[in-house]
Amino acid sequence: MEFLSDIASLINSTLRISTPLVFAAMAGIFAERSGVIDFSLEGKMLMAAFVAAVGSYYLGNPWLGLLLAIIVCVCLSMLHGFASVTHKGDQVVSCVAINILIIGLTTALAAAWFGQAGLTPTLNEDQRFLEIHLPFADALRDIPVIGTLYSDILSGHYVFVYLAYLSVPLVFWIVFKTSFGLRLRAVGENPSAVDTAGINVFTMRYKALAINGVLIAFAGAHLSTAVNANFFREMSAGRGYLALAAMIFGKWHPKTALIACLLFGFTDALQIRLQGVELPAIGEIPVQLIQALPYILTVVLLAGFVGKAIAPNAIGQPYIKER
Amino acid sequence: MVSPILELTDINKSFGHVQANKNINLKINKGTIHGIIGENGAGKSTLMSIVFGLYQANSGSIKINGKEINLRSPRDSIINGIGMVHQHFMLVENFTVLENIILGFEGETVFGEKLQKAKEDLEKLCQTYNFNIDLDATISDLSVGFRQRVEILKSLYRGAEILILDEPTGVLTPQEVDELFKILRSLKDEGKTIVLITHKLIEIMDLTSEVSVMRQGEMVGHTKTEDTSKEQLAEMMVGRSVLLRVDKKEIKKGETIFKVNNLSVKDDLDVTRVKDVNLEICSGEILGIAGVTGNGQTELLEALSGIRKVESGSIELFGEKISDQNNFLNPRMLKEKGLAHVPEDRQRMGLISDFKAHENLIFGYHDQEPYSKSAILNNKEITEYSNKVMQEYDVRPNSPNLITSNFSGGNQQKIILSRELNENPKILLVGQPTRGVDIGAIEFIHQRLIDMRDKGAAILLASVELDEILSLSDRIIVMFDGKIVGEKENKNVTDRELGLLMAGVA
Repeated sequence: MEFLSDIASLINSTLRISTPLVFAAMAGIFAERSGVIDFSLEGKMLMAAFVAAVGSYYLGNPWLGLLLAIIVCVCLSMLHGFASVTHKGDQVVSCVAINILIIGLTTALAAAWFGQAGLTPTLNEDQRFLEIHLPFADALRDIPVIGTLYSDILSGHYVFVYLAYLSVPLVFWIVFKTSFGLRLRAVGENPSAVDTAGINVFTMRYKALAINGVLIAFAGAHLSTAVNANFFREMSAGRGYLALAAMIFGKWHPKTALIACLLFGFTDALQIRLQGVELPAIGEIPVQLIQALPYILTVVLLAGFVGKAIAPNAIGQPYIKER
Repeated sequence: MVSPILELTDINKSFGHVQANKNINLKINKGTIHGIIGENGAGKSTLMSIVFGLYQANSGSIKINGKEINLRSPRDSIINGIGMVHQHFMLVENFTVLENIILGFEGETVFGEKLQKAKEDLEKLCQTYNFNIDLDATISDLSVGFRQRVEILKSLYRGAEILILDEPTGVLTPQEVDELFKILRSLKDEGKTIVLITHKLIEIMDLTSEVSVMRQGEMVGHTKTEDTSKEQLAEMMVGRSVLLRVDKKEIKKGETIFKVNNLSVKDDLDVTRVKDVNLEICSGEILGIAGVTGNGQTELLEALSGIRKVESGSIELFGEKISDQNNFLNPRMLKEKGLAHVPEDRQRMGLISDFKAHENLIFGYHDQEPYSKSAILNNKEITEYSNKVMQEYDVRPNSPNLITSNFSGGNQQKIILSRELNENPKILLVGQPTRGVDIGAIEFIHQRLIDMRDKGAAILLASVELDEILSLSDRIIVMFDGKIVGEKENKNVTDRELGLLMAGVA
């Protein structure tokens, strides 16, 4: 039983840890499938975390905080679009600029408003999202296997966890089963083909970026108003980049990107659990090595295990219509 | 009096300082095949992109069936029954045929019924025109000829009454051209109107009933095809009289200087593409290699120029063995021995398109005097040389600092040619020297090759243009499936004889 509950709690934390990665990877899929590189997932996630925390604190409702975060992230995506789609600037440079801007901006604003550099006040229970306990979770807990599955794995998550995993089939459906998805994929592969089919390439890319902004806002809000009860400096901690790696590892496809996110989430969950644990025959593994595990895994996977990842053909290239 | 289906009045279009179209007037009658001919850069494609709504004219009006319309995007044109097959196909390579065709005209938000209906409609269209296209095939698996059919099918499905084709034959084999022309004629019989943009006179004479000629952004004449001739059209295009046949002196054949013995070559996929080829070239002679694309000419040229490894056999220059399967000289060493190479694919191998013209003009010689001294480029010398050579080769515009990709195909080819001919090579390998090159430049390039021959160089010319082979070569060999299937002295040999050999029949 001890072993089973260990596994259950490992799966439980994998799902929780992977949540922001999943949102960010799905956001990345929209931008990059439309042909726009998005390194700014990291910055946008950080900004969303900040805005959601501040919004909830002042408005007293985490949903309003989330709404504000969505609005701000969509604006940031539009900024990226304005620089790299309309004005055909370098997409990577635009992303890096956004990332740097936001690291500074969140720290400075927090200092100006709350007197502490990079820290927002702690949110009370009304101002943040709480864990959702599914009906009968406590009653069913003692049934073997099913009880564990339902009560310890499925139940007791923040709303974002459920939304993240629901977003994956939704993204798949939009990208592969709708005419919008067809146009989205086409505009990232051959924008000229889209233009000559009478569809505005720029509008398509802006639409994709808007969806990207909405999705990434969820990732940030999850960090500051659900798993934590405030915003702190650089709290996104590279998750945006990790999600980008997961998306590439998943070949720009929602299903495989999800698997990659879960894999990263799992190694992270395992890493926390392994710290200070005496393993038979090996003994205690140095904590630094364990903490490096997810990153080592990323390098190994991206380096050879998955084969060649083929990016959308027109990615990174601004569309120039007239010579 | 037939009323025109498409009427353009006083169309003007500029890109920055360049006026691509000046006061263009054009009438196209319903149910005809109308040719628009002009050299590269004459403004044909720009004009048709305006009609297709891709570019917006600065001024002027467009009428369809007598009604003035405002074309703000390709969507407006498509709705008004205009379809266009672009020179570079507008297809998404990893999509299926069906996905490419419905793109932008899905008719429903979520795929379902309409997709099924589209499939049925398309299958019917394919049957009507005998297209033989698998709608579920991925574009990247299709040959160029089939991709073009997909483009035509796409336009027809979207209800095109006027079909514009921009240089449709540039990438096709002679057989594919025949197929295409058959399709276009049957479309005309159905009552569709076809606008054919080309710089090939033979296509105009073959296919069209009316022709309009453009030169330097202006419309310089309209005529019925039956009232004109190739020579007359060429003169209108270029603005001066053009020699369509090459004047060639009697051959002064020297000693054998280049010899290929039992050469076999494999391609990147490890398939043997050149099989046991033997050939000799004498000084003062042009040896033409005829053949349909993909029968080993590319690999042969690459092996001879030192880019590709020799699988077996050997190559001799002046009786000295320069390459066999064990050691082969790299292109630089071959260059030092007097070999020059004008590669088939000038964009990929002949030039660095992002470099300035003067950089491409000396590339490969850039580390030699006088272009550089102690590893530092001598820009003054390079500019002086570039100015001189660009004048000599009539490269237009004569601006050595312009980025190479901004030159037209013909002028890019002149840049390569000047670089390769500059050192007076003893043997010259030339692949597709006039592919995508305008008629004025073709005349010039041909003349240069003949001059080299008369100066005593040995020239190996591979081309898919039979006319070119016939007008330049002294001797012709035909390649089929990697083997030499025929060799003829270029006297009284006809294109039909060669055609049979090329098809592997004779």
